[in-house]
Amino acid sequence: MSAAMPIRYKILAIVISIGMLVLIIELVRRRKLREEYSWLWLLTGSVVLFLMVWFDLLRWITHQIGAAKPSSTIFLFAFLFLVFISLHFSVVISKLTNQVKELAQRNALLETELQEMKRQTAPSQAGSS
Amino acid sequence: MPLKTLVIVPAYNEEARIAGVLHGIRQYIPHADVLIVDDGSTDLTREVALRAGAKVISHPFNLGYGAALQTGYQYALMKNYEGLVQMDGDGQHDPSSIVDLLAIVQKGEADIAIGSRFLEAKEIASTPPPYRAPLTRRLGMKLFGMIASLLIHQKVTDPTSGFQAMNRRVLEWVSGDRFPCDYPDADVIIMLHRAGFQILEVPVSMFENQDKKSMHGGWRPLYYVFKMFLSIFVTLMRE
Repeated sequence: MSAAMPIRYKILAIVISIGMLVLIIELVRRRKLREEYSWLWLLTGSVVLFLMVWFDLLRWITHQIGAAKPSSTIFLFAFLFLVFISLHFSVVISKLTNQVKELAQRNALLETELQEMKRQTAPSQAGSS
Repeated sequence: MPLKTLVIVPAYNEEARIAGVLHGIRQYIPHADVLIVDDGSTDLTREVALRAGAKVISHPFNLGYGAALQTGYQYALMKNYEGLVQMDGDGQHDPSSIVDLLAIVQKGEADIAIGSRFLEAKEIASTPPPYRAPLTRRLGMKLFGMIASLLIHQKVTDPTSGFQAMNRRVLEWVSGDRFPCDYPDADVIIMLHRAGFQILEVPVSMFENQDKKSMHGGWRPLYYVFKMFLSIFVTLMRE
């Protein structure tokens, strides 16, 4: 019976996966989440849902990886996906940080140039800033 | 009286082709202004374009094709242009077709004219070989073309065509936050239709780029298909 999963467990997992998919799609619809960052969440939710529906596949995978129960497999997948999502976001944040730094620097240089130009064109009116 | 028109050309590392593109545009619509949107090129695209006499806006880093287009739109809006033409900076779009696209918008036959390479070809004596995309891209175009056609109740043969002319009303819309900067194409057409704009496809000619490296490689086609389906799906769910 180690490969069995109580029906309540299954229903819970299915409800949560569907709920997650609906939530992600709704966030994209409301433009709070960009499509490019939604794919990993949708993939996770879909995979969990798929495995709960096709239970034999889940049992087979459980056996292959040597886990004791199918729920362990689900937890493992969910955990791995969370790690990947976090890593993905770390990479995105790194890129954004670089871009913000560059924009801030360019902005500062532009402001300086602008002030110098203003001082040149109206020397009598320019006050010290 | 022709509309005050701007031709925007998004370009990324096109130092070898951009001068030719500019030359072609000037040949066919000398009355229009041209803006090159340099999307953070790492080569001499900007310098070459400036030397050829074009106005150039350079992004501080690469933001992508959609964002480059949008920068062009916002510039056109800011400078009060009434008509806008967009074409690619890699020489694939035949500048002689600009006249046809603009005519539709000028005459008010549509709010936006989209050039399609799949409508009947024009008869020109010695044309370079017509554009033939790789199989996966053609399948994608076919699929999303069919979906778009179904949803806007109008035949869409070339959903990914970046060769377009639009009037000011469309320009205002695409400059805003509803424009999906990540691979704009069939989903934009559907959104435009839902926003109430008249769309018309116009036959244009496009050329093949022999040495052009494909931007569609690896996982990108898969992501593209996913993104298009999701985008179209949520578009249908909005309002």
